[in-house]
Amino acid sequence: MIVENSEVILSVKDVTAEVDGNAILKGVNLEIKAGEIHAIMGPNGSGKSTLSKLLAGHPAYTLTGGEVVYKGKNLFDLEPEERAKEGVFLAFQYPLEIPGVSNLDFLRVAYNAKRQHLGEEELDAFDFDDLVRERLDVVKMDPAFLDRSVNEGFSGGEKKRNEILQMALLEPTLAILDETDSGLDIDALKIVSNGVNQLTNPNNAVLLITHYQRLLDYIVPDYVHVMQGGRILTTGGKELALELEEKGYDWLQPAGVA
Amino acid sequence: MTISTIEVTPSDLKKGRGNVERQAYLKTLISQRAEFGAEVPAWVKEVRDRNLTLIQDQALPSNRTEEWRFTDPSSLYKIPFQPAAATVTAEQIQAHSWPDVAIRLVFVNGVFAPGLSHQTEVSGLQITTLQNLDDSFQAYLGKTHGSEEVFTALNGCNFKDAAVLKVDRNQVIETPIHLLFVSAAQGETPTVAYPRVLVVAETGSTVTLVEDFVSIGAQTFTNAVAEIFLAANAQVNHIRLQREEATAFHIGKTAVSQKRDSRYRSIALSLGGQLSRHNPEIVTEEQTETILDGLTLATDSQVADTHSALTFSQAHCQAQQLHKCIVDDHARAVFNGRIFVPKAAQQTNAAQLSRNLLLSPKARVDTKPQLEIVADDVKCAHGATVSQLEDDEVFYLQSRGLDHDNACDLLVKAFAAEILEKISIPSIRKGLLEDVLSRLR
Repeated sequence: MIVENSEVILSVKDVTAEVDGNAILKGVNLEIKAGEIHAIMGPNGSGKSTLSKLLAGHPAYTLTGGEVVYKGKNLFDLEPEERAKEGVFLAFQYPLEIPGVSNLDFLRVAYNAKRQHLGEEELDAFDFDDLVRERLDVVKMDPAFLDRSVNEGFSGGEKKRNEILQMALLEPTLAILDETDSGLDIDALKIVSNGVNQLTNPNNAVLLITHYQRLLDYIVPDYVHVMQGGRILTTGGKELALELEEKGYDWLQPAGVA
Repeated sequence: MTISTIEVTPSDLKKGRGNVERQAYLKTLISQRAEFGAEVPAWVKEVRDRNLTLIQDQALPSNRTEEWRFTDPSSLYKIPFQPAAATVTAEQIQAHSWPDVAIRLVFVNGVFAPGLSHQTEVSGLQITTLQNLDDSFQAYLGKTHGSEEVFTALNGCNFKDAAVLKVDRNQVIETPIHLLFVSAAQGETPTVAYPRVLVVAETGSTVTLVEDFVSIGAQTFTNAVAEIFLAANAQVNHIRLQREEATAFHIGKTAVSQKRDSRYRSIALSLGGQLSRHNPEIVTEEQTETILDGLTLATDSQVADTHSALTFSQAHCQAQQLHKCIVDDHARAVFNGRIFVPKAAQQTNAAQLSRNLLLSPKARVDTKPQLEIVADDVKCAHGATVSQLEDDEVFYLQSRGLDHDNACDLLVKAFAAEILEKISIPSIRKGLLEDVLSRLR
């Protein structure tokens, strides 16, 4: 929801970035305020995922220019884990499998890392178990998944639900969902979207990265940005997504670019 | 009559010269062997003398010996090891004990130390040493296959005492038995020890054994041999821990003989030693089950080698082997796992997997899973993987609030846990996980 005079959570100014020496982001500007849901759409290779990984701190992505201010701080002064503890959450496009680490232990370690950072007492296994079982309901997940190794042998939909479960526990200020809808059937999409909708409130913000307008029927954005060639070409309301779905991206080519 | 000429090349001369030195080193070790006391029966002395004959014309291996191709033992031969007595305190033992294991037999430099041990009477279980050893063990001591192998024969020649266990027919021993072998060097003297174990599990019996090697002091060489006999339908759970100091040398043999329907389940950990080698050798009869799990950790300049050999002699046998290595710095791990399925071993079901995690660009692993199959109706699989910690995995954990070191720790712990979690004794399982992580820091 757009709230007048709400706090700016993320301010991205003229950001350029590269991976393996290839310039991907070529001047990105974006401002996200508390309470807002932003969607970034765009064709493959436009830089959407690069932006999300850059914001979360993936070591392969290097900022080469511009600045990102998160809650008044320079985001790039923070290590990836510090960003996480300060409330930046990236739901991965391809969540990793970690054989040998139980999902429950993983969730508890992540949850307690944040508690510790906030100066709160860590939850013991018993209390955490109660909490996690309550949050499972957000994504309608079977408790049996808690005892399995993180994402190991999970289906695509189960992995994405597991990401949203982590979001439900970590209660981020800025949640970046990188193609969380890709590869989901309609039932799974509804569950995941419903989960995200339960977690939004006037104090946090969501950045959705997606290929498909379909997601935006379930998570309704306040702003839709179209990204191409490492830049945000245009910004509009949720109706822009429908237009994109219908016409594709070609009509958006800026003047002077073929 | 044909006369053949032998051409001598400079490399042969070099090999020959080394051979003489290695033979001399071996002779020195043999010449140091301690005499038995009067309480040791004459037949045990004969076992040692038989080994003396076996070893007479042998030399210690070099890295030109096929079986030692990846592990150069020459650094061992540069150190004048000798047998020595040492004083070990109860506090030192306490540091290496497992709180939930009630029976503990401590051997210092291969010799039983009753003052440091803790025994309770368990019905159906006989625990003894070489003193006044019963004649019934004559059928077992020194009788496993492969005793001619030079380090096995060296132990067979020089052992001074032994841990001897016998589980009576159909007895299930719930209490695990901790055999703690302390190799202790007093002062600067490089000290060699020859620990020896003999286990006889009679028909239908079950026992859990924790064979545990630790060292105290800078220079120790432990040359260990365990012989384990499983009678029909017996089960032995064997946890073998080699957690000596990083400066130690350790060469150990586990020789297992499985009669029909028996189950041998082993978890072998190799954590310490600048040069360590473990040779498990198992020969089985019909319808046996053999589980071999192994975890090797090598850091700094450690070299850790596991050479296992499993031979089926009859049909319907099951075997599973999972050997994992974690290698950091410029350390090196070697795994050679041979499984032999002769013609007689039809219906064998065997799987062997070697998985390796390299934590530094200079770390190295040489792995050779090796199935030799002659039988034509079997199900056998083997494989090997070598991997590193992936940046993406570490980043995933960091993005959930774990710092870089904790993220790496968690991933390594997960890799090791697959083996460690199979240890049924909680204090050992937990203690070893901490030991593994602390050795990596």
